Amino acid sequence: MALDKNDVEKIAHLARLQINDTDITEVTQRISNILGMIDQMQSVDTSAVSAMAHPFDAGQRLRADQVTETNQRDYYQTIAPATQDGLYLVPRVIE
Amino acid sequence: MLSKTVAELASALTRKEVSSRELTQAYLDRIHELNPALNAYVTITEDQALAQAETADTRRAQGNAGPLTGIPIAHKDIFCTRGVLTACGSRMLHNFISPYDACVVERLEQAGAVMLGKTNMDEFAMGSSNETSWFGSVRNPWDQVRVPGGSSGGSAAAVAASLCAMATGTDTGGSIRQPASFCGLTGLKPTYGRVSRWGMIAFASSLDQAGPLTRSAEDAALMMNAIAGTDLRDSTCLELPFEDFTALLNQPLSGLRIGLPREHFTTDLNPAVQTILQEAIRQLESLGASFKEISLPNNYLSVPAYYVIAPAEASANLSRFDGVRFGYRCANPANLDDLYKRSRGEGFGDEVKRRIMVGTYALSAGYYDAYYIKAQKIRRLIKQDFDLAFNEVDLILGPTSPHTAFKLGEKVSDPVTMYLEDIYTIAVNLAGLPGMSLPAGMLNGLPIGMQLVGPSLSESRLLNVAHQFQLNTDWHTLRPEV
Amino acid sequence: MSWETVIGLEVHVQLATKSKLFSGSATEFGAGPNTQASIYDLALPGTLPVMNEEVLRMAVSFGLAVDAEIGKRSVFDRKNYFYPDLPKGYQITQLEFPTVGRGSLKIQLEDGSEKTIGITRAHIEEDAGKSLHEDFQGMSGIDLNRAGTPLLEIVSDPDLRNAKEAVAYLKKLHSIILYLGISDGNMSQGSMRCDANVSVRKKGATEFGTRTEIKNVNSFRFVEKAINYEVQRQIELIEDGGRVVQETRLYDSDKDETRSMRSKEVANDYRYFPEPDLLPVIIDDEYIAAVRATLPELPAARCARFVSEYALSAYDADVLTSDRAMADYFEAVVTMCGDAKLSANWVTVDLLGLLNKSDLLISESPIKPDQLGTMIARIKDNTISGKLAKTVFEALADGETDVDQIIESRGLKQVTDSGAIEKLVDDVIAANPDQVAQYRAGKDAVFGFFVGQAMKISKGKANPAQLNELLRNKLKAD
Repeated sequence: MALDKNDVEKIAHLARLQINDTDITEVTQRISNILGMIDQMQSVDTSAVSAMAHPFDAGQRLRADQVTETNQRDYYQTIAPATQDGLYLVPRVIE
Repeated sequence: MLSKTVAELASALTRKEVSSRELTQAYLDRIHELNPALNAYVTITEDQALAQAETADTRRAQGNAGPLTGIPIAHKDIFCTRGVLTACGSRMLHNFISPYDACVVERLEQAGAVMLGKTNMDEFAMGSSNETSWFGSVRNPWDQVRVPGGSSGGSAAAVAASLCAMATGTDTGGSIRQPASFCGLTGLKPTYGRVSRWGMIAFASSLDQAGPLTRSAEDAALMMNAIAGTDLRDSTCLELPFEDFTALLNQPLSGLRIGLPREHFTTDLNPAVQTILQEAIRQLESLGASFKEISLPNNYLSVPAYYVIAPAEASANLSRFDGVRFGYRCANPANLDDLYKRSRGEGFGDEVKRRIMVGTYALSAGYYDAYYIKAQKIRRLIKQDFDLAFNEVDLILGPTSPHTAFKLGEKVSDPVTMYLEDIYTIAVNLAGLPGMSLPAGMLNGLPIGMQLVGPSLSESRLLNVAHQFQLNTDWHTLRPEV
Repeated sequence: MSWETVIGLEVHVQLATKSKLFSGSATEFGAGPNTQASIYDLALPGTLPVMNEEVLRMAVSFGLAVDAEIGKRSVFDRKNYFYPDLPKGYQITQLEFPTVGRGSLKIQLEDGSEKTIGITRAHIEEDAGKSLHEDFQGMSGIDLNRAGTPLLEIVSDPDLRNAKEAVAYLKKLHSIILYLGISDGNMSQGSMRCDANVSVRKKGATEFGTRTEIKNVNSFRFVEKAINYEVQRQIELIEDGGRVVQETRLYDSDKDETRSMRSKEVANDYRYFPEPDLLPVIIDDEYIAAVRATLPELPAARCARFVSEYALSAYDADVLTSDRAMADYFEAVVTMCGDAKLSANWVTVDLLGLLNKSDLLISESPIKPDQLGTMIARIKDNTISGKLAKTVFEALADGETDVDQIIESRGLKQVTDSGAIEKLVDDVIAANPDQVAQYRAGKDAVFGFFVGQAMKISKGKANPAQLNELLRNKLKAD
């Protein structure tokens, strides 16, 4: 599966990655190569096979409904890039 | 002293031939001397290490020491360490001082191990040569123009160069086993769910598993005793009774049936590596094991299936790196979109971005079935191959890597060639099985490993076979001159 | 031209657990920003989700309450998109295998008939945080206290045909949720939020028209207004030759209009896939039976019982059972006084009137059920008349507590002594010979005059039944 520049730009937007214009051709080429390798899968008939999402079959373990966390906001926000009044700051969100 | 095994160091500590404080200081001195060239560590936690060593010495004096108490260890920088930089090989986390400890780190600390520092790695564990690290390449102590393997390259180089007694690694597609092979070490990737993933920065959640990188199978067993076991903070961590991984080490190998996958012993495998494996096979036969050819017909599909599943999971796992709550944030974002795109564009390296994009593409509307679901079906086929094989044999032996450590820069420009490095290891992750690599010989002055793979939860048996092999060979005792 | 409206509702209900869906953080409303955000809620690298068992129990109990299929194997998925209030960059939700499958709900229409509304599914998911748009040097502030609060998203079939039906459905859901105690249902605080998918088509058409999704509707009244506005907008648009665009629209209650949310217009590709950090949630029949055993009597069953057991009208029974607290109140009153009909009247008319006037919930009522029950018992045992009971009711509403003391101190006790009433009747007859003559000449309407006179003299305290009987006898006799 070969991608074009347009496809790569679309994917990069979905993934919120800035790709410089100077790199886009090379990125497109490399991702196309990877997809080419991946396409080996398509030669196998898997119509009778069920998908496997986990290495083992088991049910979910659940926890009791208990509050176990305490307020550690100030500590956690020491590693934050921008905060004010306990809030994380981001460029204005428009709705 | 510094190149002894954990088991040997533990008895030296018990016999008071050395204190943990002295041992720790000696490793720190060696790190200061050699790390600038090897680049195995990205962070050295000197003060903390000396303090932990003193605590360990006190514990030992009080008579409540375990085998790991006072033993200096290095942690792969993928494990969160409270109050210590946890960068995961990435510019994205170049300033991330974790506010909490990973379960593996906690448990090793409880066992009394002394943390010397954090080791270099491929960025977010995405690589097979340690060349994708934001902190630069790691040199292979056996030959410094060569790679140590990846992604746990810093840990492997540190153990091989005696910059620590043991190290933690993680393995998503071979990231413990391949560096173990390249650096002459014993490396174990446990069964998926054996070791808690809490605090281990996720690459591909359904494949990631932490494990030991050590100088012997016995050391690996000692580390497993500390790190394995249920952790309620990881929903995918298995609930199992405590297992002593050293219990079976001395069991004889008579009656052991080992399978040799036809697909691994082909002309693709370097003939010299093949010769080394044949010699190891003869050795194990002399210890009572019998060999039989088996088939893993879908193994060739493991690399393509892996490069859908792992990037797909990674594409979501890495969405949290957005410059908002921690980590790298671009300068002066013009708007929200700009904040995201530049923080992530500048914070991630090329390989990480490539994999995020491949994963994003594989999950996107219209391609999900053809890529993601298809890969999961192939994952099932690969698992079934192993299930069938284990009806006939107790475990499987084969190469870990097609060749010895390659040169820095040799493969970095071609991702697909690099991906095929993991052709023998990846299927094990897809199936969630335990696998290990142990030194099997030397080729042109470089170590080469062999891989043992067992059914689910057969770690003790794998360690038993490796230990018996190591009692009768000395490949694992060779050390590079650095 | 005649148009038909098609509405489907997606209702997000915040489940009233102590801790979050996948972390041990508290879920209390109104805490200081980010004080209830743990390292998992902040999506710090290496953190992992662990599911809260209470969320599962609540979801299953809802499913049972709406006769839904319960998913014995539910699977969590990741829904991927970037937004600052979504710390992981994905929301953990259930796409293909929700915990609650197909079910249904009956609503009462205005004409008294019933209509069954299909429930497509209800799935468990994480709530997002909040973006605060007050100006922080041109920036927005992010509060992640709400991030990870458990939600049950209840999706209806497009079975609703007008805004009133939509509101009736929503009220019914609200009622069930409160009966189950799985949410506080507080719409103004966002514990229950409603998105409406609205389209119009020509009457008789079989295909659906293009729909819009209205977000941010946070009261029953606004749901009705928003839908009505949107329906009118779509009809006018089509009649003017335009086309409805599939989009998300925001309801602005200040302006009473919906408007396009341009910022979310870019078609999103959510790249759902199974959440690898969680395993499927497996439940068996035993689990379902255990949850079923804990279910309270639900509004529909309780309504039917009120009709059969208390002989109430369907209307009264519906009013009383729509709110679990009100139904409980009513039953407590009946237990005290033994008269269901009288209790129903006092609760639905007087008490509700009082509560509405003061904007109070039944739980905040100044009159407690045992007080109202005692008061009605005093009507029943002829201590007071129904009319004077209003005085007692008002005194209770003003904070007095003892019914008998109110009656005593105000002298409200009825006169039931037949001798006294006979004397009263004799006095009235003697004082009004003209009216007596008129009555005896066949003018029955004058009877009321005698009653009024007698009540006036007795200050309303004469027992009305005894008074009527004696009056009729005396007027006839002479």
